[in-house]
Amino acid sequence: MSLHPTTPAFKENAHRALGDTELQKALGHVQGGFINKRAAAVERLPEFETLRESARDLKDHVLAHLDLYLEHYETQVRAAGGQVHFARTGEEACKTIVDICKAHGAKSVTKGKSMVSEEIGLNDAIEAAGMAAVETDLGEYIIQLRHETPSHIIAPAVHLTKEQVEADFRRVHSHLDAARDLSEPVQLLTEARGVLREKFLAADVGITGANFLVAETGSSIIVTNEGNGDLTQTLPKVHIVIASIEKIVPTLEDASLLMRVLARSATGQDMSVYTTLSTGPRRAGDPDGPEHYHIVLVDNGRSSMLGGEFEDMLRCIRCGACMNHCPIYHAIGGHAYGWVYPGPMGAVLTPALIGVEKGGNLPNASTFCGRCEAVCPVKIPLPNLMRHWREREFERHLTPAVQRFGLGIWGFFARRPSLYRLATSLAMRVLGFVGRDKGRFAKLPLASGWTQFRDMPAPSGETFQSEWRARQKERRS
Amino acid sequence: MSARDDVFSNIRRSLGVTGKEATRRAAVGQRLETTPRGPVPRRGQGSAAARMATFITEAQRVSASVVMLENAAAIPAEVARYLSECNVAPVLRMGADARLAGLDWAGAGLSTSTGRSDGSDLNAISHAFAGVAETGSLIVLSGPDNPATLNYLPDNHIIVLAVSDLCGDLETVWTRLRRATGALLPRTVNIITGPSRSADIEQTLLLGAHGPRRLHILVTLG
Amino acid sequence: MADGLSARPPRVGLLATCLVDLFRPSIGFAAAKLLEDAGCEVIVPPQTCCGQPAFNSGDRTTARDLALQVMDAFSGCDYIVAPSGSCGGMIAKHYPDLFDEPLLISRARTFAAKTHELVSFLTDVLGVTTVDAQFDRKVTYHDACAGLRELGVKSQPRRLLETVRGLELVEMAESDVCCGFGGTFAAKYGEISDAIVSKKTAHISASGAPVLLAGDLGCLMNMAGKLSRQGSSIEVRHVAEVLAGLTDTPPIGAPREAGR
Repeated sequence: MSLHPTTPAFKENAHRALGDTELQKALGHVQGGFINKRAAAVERLPEFETLRESARDLKDHVLAHLDLYLEHYETQVRAAGGQVHFARTGEEACKTIVDICKAHGAKSVTKGKSMVSEEIGLNDAIEAAGMAAVETDLGEYIIQLRHETPSHIIAPAVHLTKEQVEADFRRVHSHLDAARDLSEPVQLLTEARGVLREKFLAADVGITGANFLVAETGSSIIVTNEGNGDLTQTLPKVHIVIASIEKIVPTLEDASLLMRVLARSATGQDMSVYTTLSTGPRRAGDPDGPEHYHIVLVDNGRSSMLGGEFEDMLRCIRCGACMNHCPIYHAIGGHAYGWVYPGPMGAVLTPALIGVEKGGNLPNASTFCGRCEAVCPVKIPLPNLMRHWREREFERHLTPAVQRFGLGIWGFFARRPSLYRLATSLAMRVLGFVGRDKGRFAKLPLASGWTQFRDMPAPSGETFQSEWRARQKERRS
Repeated sequence: MSARDDVFSNIRRSLGVTGKEATRRAAVGQRLETTPRGPVPRRGQGSAAARMATFITEAQRVSASVVMLENAAAIPAEVARYLSECNVAPVLRMGADARLAGLDWAGAGLSTSTGRSDGSDLNAISHAFAGVAETGSLIVLSGPDNPATLNYLPDNHIIVLAVSDLCGDLETVWTRLRRATGALLPRTVNIITGPSRSADIEQTLLLGAHGPRRLHILVTLG
Repeated sequence: MADGLSARPPRVGLLATCLVDLFRPSIGFAAAKLLEDAGCEVIVPPQTCCGQPAFNSGDRTTARDLALQVMDAFSGCDYIVAPSGSCGGMIAKHYPDLFDEPLLISRARTFAAKTHELVSFLTDVLGVTTVDAQFDRKVTYHDACAGLRELGVKSQPRRLLETVRGLELVEMAESDVCCGFGGTFAAKYGEISDAIVSKKTAHISASGAPVLLAGDLGCLMNMAGKLSRQGSSIEVRHVAEVLAGLTDTPPIGAPREAGR
């Protein structure tokens, strides 16, 4: 679990990632895997844009009335026989969950995929309390074997090649025949299915996240393709749901709206395979299902994002489309971001949750190409929000000194047009003269960040404004 | 202050509200009361025949197989045929759903048993509460009639859908569900769209991750 | 002309952009020619920078000062046109957000509504459908991000390029993916930027076109700089130069004497 962010070392992380040939090979799969499938799914649904707008409006409505919907949700969960817990911090949430597990004498805990559980370091807390926490989503299972964190919010093992997974399975599943063939993904999947089936049946507690919490009915909704979330929450005697407070939606209709944009944006599916609404524990006469149902509602910094310039980020439904379409993410993968949430959504959310002092690199490492905002199913203005972080940094003098100095000089001249024209026409004449033979510079003082990797085209020599004025004079005479 | 109170007061402080504002309460109350629908795609709409065609197309798109049957009495024979085609033993686990319990399974050469699954069942059959044309999805309600474990543990899952239960969209399902169950939903409402799958290894899509490897849908017309 | 200003030609203020002003005046002249050919009166008020570098670095105060300066300098214009989606987008999409006072917000909105990227201004506002130019080369076109996603510039340059005599447009893969420039990003995160531009130049090379065009000089300098570092002979130009038929200057990053 990544409670200790390496985000301040983002550049070093990125450097390592760019030199990692296995990672670079694996990242190649993001393209066909996500981008083309999403595009095809959107193409097939003419109402998609309308749905995005409605989804944005719905989330805004919920955030503006979050206290009231939470209250109603809480009442409905209790009415269905479930128990509701609130946690101000990740630590508090971990303690609540560990206490529930202990109270039931749990030894083994299965887990469905949950990003908030990664955020709060839940697996570590469970293991520190002497219980086994088993991730059951195939991707999460693989990275748990490797003691890694997810590199993507919906495809946690997207940074790995099948050869790497094979090596891990051979290392960990040492009770199986060493001569078995594991060269194809289907063989790896079959092996994981067998190994995890035992774990599902043996678990005392199942923990899942929630994609949505429905205020109207007190239901938690999980969306999976594998069915692991359902086995996690159906088989053990205790089901604990962990979710952050902004997951609330008012009604079943509202949940349906978000489902329509979620799967398409995430994997290009119209609908994920299993969408399950869970409402309280097993009923009288039910042949299966947990006897106890708990929901742990985590704040961990969300409530202070409400009403401020980062509130839009709380619309996020964790589809991963922003990172799937991000050129930076494509280049370096998710781990380089150094904490739980990578890509553009991570670049906005991380500074909000761990502080801009530690997370400040992320909103700066963007070209503002805008592709993330263009695909976001709830229309979060991600580049704008990243820019707001840069403003916070600038105000607090956290912007690197060299950059601040450079900007200061530029700003000084740019505010003084006559001085600017004089200075720039002189400078460009010099640069143009020096660069005239090659037409470019392979090295330039103060621009090594640029010229280390590419040439700097040389200027023509005269500025446009001075040449324009000269030509206008000619024209008139 | 309790964690709960703290969280609520932080939310309200950030929003600049007290929680007692009549207009806010009215807005929330009205939404919960009237459950307004968002934009509903046209794909699932149309005549009964059009909706059925869409349902079949969409279910097949997600790798489920679909068969239409004249009436419920034809179910056992089709199940026997299907299991034989899958080359698995003619055994079948099911819940107490009266629409399935009364059928002549033995006559089709099937050996059936009833109740939840403990993980050893190869095949299971459930009866859907509804189907959704828009996405080829089936809605199965947990309870004694259709234990939730049957949806996930067996390798082959067969789901029966009565044609009269086919809806265009999820919104229509919710309206019917509220009418059928009242305010308290069944413990789980399972929306199933094709068989289990994963693309977690190199984005290669594979069926049969943790749940069923196959999903066979029987639509009964009578 | 498409609009109702038929009494006199529309007065268009050309915002050359810093990079064009300093590095490549030929783009400014190409833009002026295209506008004049379309019946506009072109003026070039004294100008420095639209404020985008400051804005994107979090320095709102400087950005605001420069925005006021630009709005003053171009106050007499019917339209403000930039041969750049990036600077055009800065004004058209972000100027109104810079201010808190209602009068200034209103003024910035009015100004923003008059501001356009060059090629889309020609097609969408002036109704230009053809250009009078010849360029006997195969070209490929990169969609610079700000123009594409902030201003919807996608089909307009392609439509006009089709009317250039002798020109053949071949599409590269992923023409709508960022080239890795991103202003100060290219220097601050040079290594990541390099990885992104390397993918871009691979797609450019694979297109088989010997000429690369785009509508933003920053992106062009990034791609030209990478291509020349890789020893590629692909020539890089701003789309306006080709549309205006002003291709006598050497391509971006090429020696001054050896130009075509």
